[in-house]
Amino acid sequence: MKLCQIRDLLDAEILAGESHLQDEVYSGFGCDLMSDVLCFAQENAVLLTGLVNKQVLNTVDMANMNSIIFVRNKRPSEDVLKIAREMDILIMSTEHILFECCGILYKHGLKGARIK
Amino acid sequence: MSYELVFDVKRGDFDKAGEASRKIKKTLQQLGINNKIIRKLSIAGYEGEMNLAIHSLGGKMTVNVGEKFITVEIKDVGPGIADIDLAMTEGWSTATDKVREMGFGAGMGLPNMKRNADGFDIISELGVGTKIVMNFFI
Repeated sequence: MKLCQIRDLLDAEILAGESHLQDEVYSGFGCDLMSDVLCFAQENAVLLTGLVNKQVLNTVDMANMNSIIFVRNKRPSEDVLKIAREMDILIMSTEHILFECCGILYKHGLKGARIK
Repeated sequence: MSYELVFDVKRGDFDKAGEASRKIKKTLQQLGINNKIIRKLSIAGYEGEMNLAIHSLGGKMTVNVGEKFITVEIKDVGPGIADIDLAMTEGWSTATDKVREMGFGAGMGLPNMKRNADGFDIISELGVGTKIVMNFFI
């Protein structure tokens, strides 16, 4: 699924990394626990979370994920967005809650990470 | 080829925590290391860096890029781990609520480091400190 399709499905606002809208995402991971993201998330996945701190960006960067969607209308500080631009990661914010986001994306064909 | 990177990580400095791992990842990319190896090392290194900020009194991360493998050493100055087997158990953690609110402290850090590394050694002494050495084959 392309990131532009995710933006449209979740009616999300782009906060950083607009140039990546045509990039492809192969799985999704919805979680506020970064420890679990580091354990189970796959490469080129989208992270859906309500956490908006710097460690979310670091987690996504280390795990080679390619985008973050902040749910429940959460917005990171300008400091965090500045780092996101430096990392060149696509960031979106949506009014939907995490449960709804996952349901909408799954219904349209995006699968979750395969937990070994 | 031999290349060494050393970073200080301070206790409780969650504003800076992660910067060392980001620099390490960037350097390994510049050195042309395989992406799969960089991902495994980045995840394990970042878990180690967060552990230094969360649990230790401060310490150092040292990365040594050799010809056949990359070594990552995470060494702190205390307080040490009382029971390493317990600390290596998934889900066991002594992290504070503040750390858990940041999304960490689920007790997955050490097991995840071991899972991602090709070689993993940990030694610890109460009141002295902990040293973790991880190897990643190139």
